[in-house]
Amino acid sequence: MITTNTASRLLTAAALIVGIALPMVLSDFHVFQATQMMVYAIAILGLNLLTGYNGQISLGHGAFYAIGAYAAAILMARFELSYFVALPLAAIICFIVGFLFGLPALKLEGHYLALATFALALAVPQLLKYPAFEHWTGGVQGIFVNKPEAPFGIPLSTDHWLYYFTLAVTLLVFVLASNLLHGRVGRAITAIRDQPVAAEAMGINIALYKATTFGVSALYTGLAGGLSAIVIQFIAPDSFTMFLSIFLLVGLVIGGVGSIPGAFLGAAFIVITPNIASDISKAATGAVYGLLLITFVYLVPNGAWGALTVGWKRLAGMTRRS
Amino acid sequence: MDLLIQQIFSGLATGSIYASLALALVMIFNSTNHINFAQGEMALISTYFAWTLIALGFPYWAAFPLTIVASFAFGVLVERLLIRSFHNAPHLSLVVVFIGLLLAFNALAGWIWGFLLKEFPSPVRNLNTGTPLIAAHELFVLCVTLGLLAVLYIFFRFTTLGLAMRAAALNPTSARLVGIRVGWMLALGWGLAGALGAVAGMLVAPIVYLDPSMMIGILLYAFASAMLGGLNNPAGAVAGGLIFGVVENLVGTYLIGHELKLTFALIVVIAVLLIRPAGLFGKVIVKRV
Repeated sequence: MITTNTASRLLTAAALIVGIALPMVLSDFHVFQATQMMVYAIAILGLNLLTGYNGQISLGHGAFYAIGAYAAAILMARFELSYFVALPLAAIICFIVGFLFGLPALKLEGHYLALATFALALAVPQLLKYPAFEHWTGGVQGIFVNKPEAPFGIPLSTDHWLYYFTLAVTLLVFVLASNLLHGRVGRAITAIRDQPVAAEAMGINIALYKATTFGVSALYTGLAGGLSAIVIQFIAPDSFTMFLSIFLLVGLVIGGVGSIPGAFLGAAFIVITPNIASDISKAATGAVYGLLLITFVYLVPNGAWGALTVGWKRLAGMTRRS
Repeated sequence: MDLLIQQIFSGLATGSIYASLALALVMIFNSTNHINFAQGEMALISTYFAWTLIALGFPYWAAFPLTIVASFAFGVLVERLLIRSFHNAPHLSLVVVFIGLLLAFNALAGWIWGFLLKEFPSPVRNLNTGTPLIAAHELFVLCVTLGLLAVLYIFFRFTTLGLAMRAAALNPTSARLVGIRVGWMLALGWGLAGALGAVAGMLVAPIVYLDPSMMIGILLYAFASAMLGGLNNPAGAVAGGLIFGVVENLVGTYLIGHELKLTFALIVVIAVLLIRPAGLFGKVIVKRV
């Protein structure tokens, strides 16, 4: 019999092999899409840490994505840093911003936090356009970033190199998140979500944990934003509207709240749907997202990954009985 | 000096629009503790509905009440068909449902009516107030919203149905025991909220032009107003709307410029939540753990 632990390791290994082999069979455009999917998966994982595991609802993670993207782009374009340096720096900046935003957010519960983060999501694009910051942010024009070439003379096209670079980052941050969530810290984070009073009685410093989770969550989403700036090589305020925050939420709910692999399913969904839906109407993506959000909360509250696991367990149960 | 008075009147006018939408939010929050993120988009649909009626040749004064009635029915319908099933759902599920509605209604408006700016008529466009201090439409907005608030006050204060609705919001269990149909009172609350939103939408459309993104910003201002006045106090929300409208307009004109209005709303929301979460006039909620 296969235990859950071995099953998840086998699955991870299989996914990794597919991930490495994928660029050899896909066209350049699809490689780009796969890269973008991984970027979104990291962002959704960040949101999941906060909303899924810690129970703090954020409708404004697009703001941290934007801050990560702008930090990385400014460091690369204005300070001429390599993306190897700019990316971790952008992530650290996002951690600090997230931690600081998380401190006052501690006082807010449920709907109030949703409201405050919603306001953040609406305000950030406006701040990015503000003429006084134009020297740094490029205003409405945005910032162009140089396309990174493969280093050390590795014989890969830029698109393929970016794909493998993103794959490596994704693997790293997912393994870290999985370790974090399956250990003592992860149990504390979920305990705060489920039973805050009991968690406090057990000696968990709720304020510190909540603010730090906010910081780590912003770090993940900001890292994804930084990666997106490198992958797309261009950023502008209009890429970071309130709808970006909502789309991350869509990815989270569709993929599965409180599940790590669900982030990939959710990311795939938000990358692929607009391509199909925009053929029908400019408004079709929003309509599909909106209706699916409501349907999923109603019928599939654990998201696609939750439904898959339940289905798999039923199937395994059936074969064992026969 | 004239500019200052002008800006105050103009702020009062937009503030009264925020007050209407804030009142819609408070009406739902008071009875169910839900923050309806889709309130703005429901108002958007109502405004497009009114635009269609006028485009079909209805006079403004027929389209206006027709839209209010239709929006009332729309609000009741949304509550009965959808929100009711999530009544005791966790916070996250509810927020996700409201965001789902926001996306769906926004997309619906874009799908049916397109993304081009549309001009929405004001019945007093060609009139002159005889003073440069206040524009005709601003005066009209003030009169309509203040009249509407008076009607609502009379409804809640002096009618049996209003009393029943207040009772259902204040103490659902006891209200049910004396024979009030609490479920329907909530649906009526949603209907009234829908109607208020429709008025806000129709009044703001001549100022900002009608397009599918029109209400998102207004919704944030309404949130800020409701927070400022106290999310559980209807009169406070109205005062919050007027205060926010005036302050926002003055700050925009004299200090930070109009490019940072949304940021100003963000600062107000966060400042209120940090310093006085119950708002200026709200009741402090004490929770037993």
